Amino acid sequence: MKLFRIRGGVHPHDHKHLAAEQAIEDLPMPALLHVPLQQHIGAPAKPAVRRGQRVAKGDLLGLSQGAISAPVHAPTSGRVMGVGSYPAHHASGLSIRTVTLMPDGEDRWSEKVRSISDPFALAPEEIATRVAEAGIVGMGGATFPSAVKLNLRTRYRVHTLVVNGAECEPYLTCDDRLMREQADAVVDGVRIMAHALGAERIIIAIEENKPQAQAAMSLAAAVDRRIRLARLPTRYPMGSEKHLVQALTGRETPARGLTADIGVVVHNGATAFAVHEALRYGRPLISRVVTVSGAAVARPRNLRVPLGARVQDLLDYCGGFNEEPAGLISGGPMMGQPLPSTRVPIVKGSNGVLALTRREIDRQAPMPCIRCASCVEACPCGLVPLEMAARTRSGDLEGAVGLGLMDCIGCGSCAYVCPAHLPLVQFFNYAKGEMAARGRARQKLMETKRLAEQRSARMEAIKQAKREAMARRKREAAAKATDQPTASVSES
Amino acid sequence: MQIETPATSAGPFAHAPTSIQRTMVLVMLALLPATVFGFWQFGWPAIFLFLTTLGTAVAAEWVCLRIAGKPQRRYLLDGSAVVAGWLLALSLPPWAPWWIGAIGALIAIVVAKQVFGGLGQNIFNPAMVARVALLISFPLEMTSYVRPLPIFSPEAPGFWQGISISLGQGGFDAVTGATLLSHVRTELSQGGTLSDILPGMAHLFSGAIGTIAGSMGETSALLILLGGGFLLLKRVISWHIPVALVGSLALIATLMNLYDADRYAGAPYHLVSGATLLVAFFIATDPVTSPVSKSGQILFGAGCGILVYVIRTWAGYPEGVGFAILLMNACTPTIDHYLRPRVYGRDRRGTPIEYADNAEMRK
Repeated sequence: MKLFRIRGGVHPHDHKHLAAEQAIEDLPMPALLHVPLQQHIGAPAKPAVRRGQRVAKGDLLGLSQGAISAPVHAPTSGRVMGVGSYPAHHASGLSIRTVTLMPDGEDRWSEKVRSISDPFALAPEEIATRVAEAGIVGMGGATFPSAVKLNLRTRYRVHTLVVNGAECEPYLTCDDRLMREQADAVVDGVRIMAHALGAERIIIAIEENKPQAQAAMSLAAAVDRRIRLARLPTRYPMGSEKHLVQALTGRETPARGLTADIGVVVHNGATAFAVHEALRYGRPLISRVVTVSGAAVARPRNLRVPLGARVQDLLDYCGGFNEEPAGLISGGPMMGQPLPSTRVPIVKGSNGVLALTRREIDRQAPMPCIRCASCVEACPCGLVPLEMAARTRSGDLEGAVGLGLMDCIGCGSCAYVCPAHLPLVQFFNYAKGEMAARGRARQKLMETKRLAEQRSARMEAIKQAKREAMARRKREAAAKATDQPTASVSES
Repeated sequence: MQIETPATSAGPFAHAPTSIQRTMVLVMLALLPATVFGFWQFGWPAIFLFLTTLGTAVAAEWVCLRIAGKPQRRYLLDGSAVVAGWLLALSLPPWAPWWIGAIGALIAIVVAKQVFGGLGQNIFNPAMVARVALLISFPLEMTSYVRPLPIFSPEAPGFWQGISISLGQGGFDAVTGATLLSHVRTELSQGGTLSDILPGMAHLFSGAIGTIAGSMGETSALLILLGGGFLLLKRVISWHIPVALVGSLALIATLMNLYDADRYAGAPYHLVSGATLLVAFFIATDPVTSPVSKSGQILFGAGCGILVYVIRTWAGYPEGVGFAILLMNACTPTIDHYLRPRVYGRDRRGTPIEYADNAEMRK
């Protein structure tokens, strides 16, 4: 199909050969699972189990809280060892509420998990409800609750469902393998999602560096005439939702808006697989495919991992390290986060665990900016990163915002090409965080001011009331006093 | 085994094989053919002038870095001082005395670069600041050009004679000659017509090859073009500035030539003479002092081209390409302010894009 040009972007070495030919293997069940109650954007789940309780595979561990949240389920059968705090899958290394589960080795499914005969007979809202109950979130890494996106039809006229199989991050091959090995299931999930959205057009978009996935998906997609396959040029960040939609439709998503503003909803291929599992077999999201790769890993693999397995379990299965890695990354090297430790658990959004050598990371001491404009050329959002960085460094964050800081998607293309090796993403993350903090502080200040004003108004009202009461009493007393003297005068 | 990696900063955890040093080395490689040809043409005095200029540039950079308290090794190895000195040397008359190169290098590195804050902070191109300052301060030395005398030819000065020329001692008879540009300018002002001054096409051919009087590295249009092509291929520079500069210069020259062929030379003459191509590929494309957006670069290049023509044709300095560059350098911040790329999802004014059917998309 006809594709449209997107601006900027870079061509990093994809390193996909390391793991691309490794078929998905099941990670042997670890001795303990640490299942965090927050694996998604939104409110954390509320614990639904107690210490010592026995659970079956697929039983609820945590209940969804609020409109944007997701439940968490037991990845296998076993006993709850505790509900406590455990290091999160996050660069900060901070602990969050986590259910620790000791598998009993039976891997027995819950009786509540039942297959559904025909998901297409269900009403669209019913599909979204079941997706929400299965705890499915965007599995490309953003982890936004998928049901919320499936319900967009209530607010937008959605005509196209795009399945994001770009997988433009180097090293990662989990979506590639899933689409190759489970093409029918992925296509089935896609069709169920299209039914939920009421979309009349479906585009499955896969980059040219995955010809086998393209072939498998093309074959599987023959069941539905609405589905078209887009062969995307290999370029980072082709998998960025808004840029993918632009490449496919020629339309840019309005700034600060959603792709639904132009009638398109994008879901990841792995999410489609999870929807298939949930809507055909009633299985909640309890495992995912993770690419373990990087030159420091002895045997790079693609693993199906129960959520809550520690990163260390995956690395052990892959033969440990060849050499001491210079960095341990969750996700791809472009937008991934450094992991503070190998103890942290795999969560719904973990698509890769990379152990990279110093050579691969190639971090050098920054030099001054020479205004070479490589970053301007690489920016897919049409920003001028070098100026935003200069403003940020001089503390002029408002200036950086004026130059479009909030339109930055943080893809890292600018920092990737910078000959001065400036940590541009670091600057922008700092500026965004600082602006958010300032916004909160401003909000707090305004709230404090409002409350203080309310209080002084209240105090003033009370004083006023007292004064009036006093005046009234005085008047009454005076009236009484004048009454009496008059009386006494008349008496005398 | 467990590893605890220190909390590192944000990604990306991969990098393109780029560095400032690599960029500078590529620029030096691109300059090499024209430089070696300049050495061949103008012999030992040119080599000495080149070495003096580069040596002074590096020494000045080192002293400034020391004073500024910056890591000297890393900043010296980035190659920016060498490139600035190199470009300056190529734009000097090849037999100029050593102190011309030394003073020029000091002006370039200390006044034009380090005083502004060093690498990446200067507003004006250091080599051009130095060239213009020298041209105004030492007009005699800066306009004494010699005819090429290939280095090992019998008439050429030997090693020791070369040294004495560099030290400014006389005693060697060279055929000095004006550059084509100043020659034409002088003759025109005395009432000659171009058809008398420029007989035939021979000047174009020798200008392209480089067998004419001129600055050390500016004479051979072809070799400079070769270096420029290499930089384009390696994506150190983009086509926008050179094409806009050469294009606007060629266009205005052609138009004026059509208007009066006897007073205004055509495009080929302007392209092969003087520093046109060196400036188009190596000086105007200096990233620090040129705009960052593509539209800005085209405007900048076109502005340079037009100013080069105006200064050559009507102003007092026929070799005054440097003035054109400095004037446009001064415009760069303004150009950068007004000409930015359009931000994704927004129109040129910065408001979010609205499509005609937007309303029906939202229920």
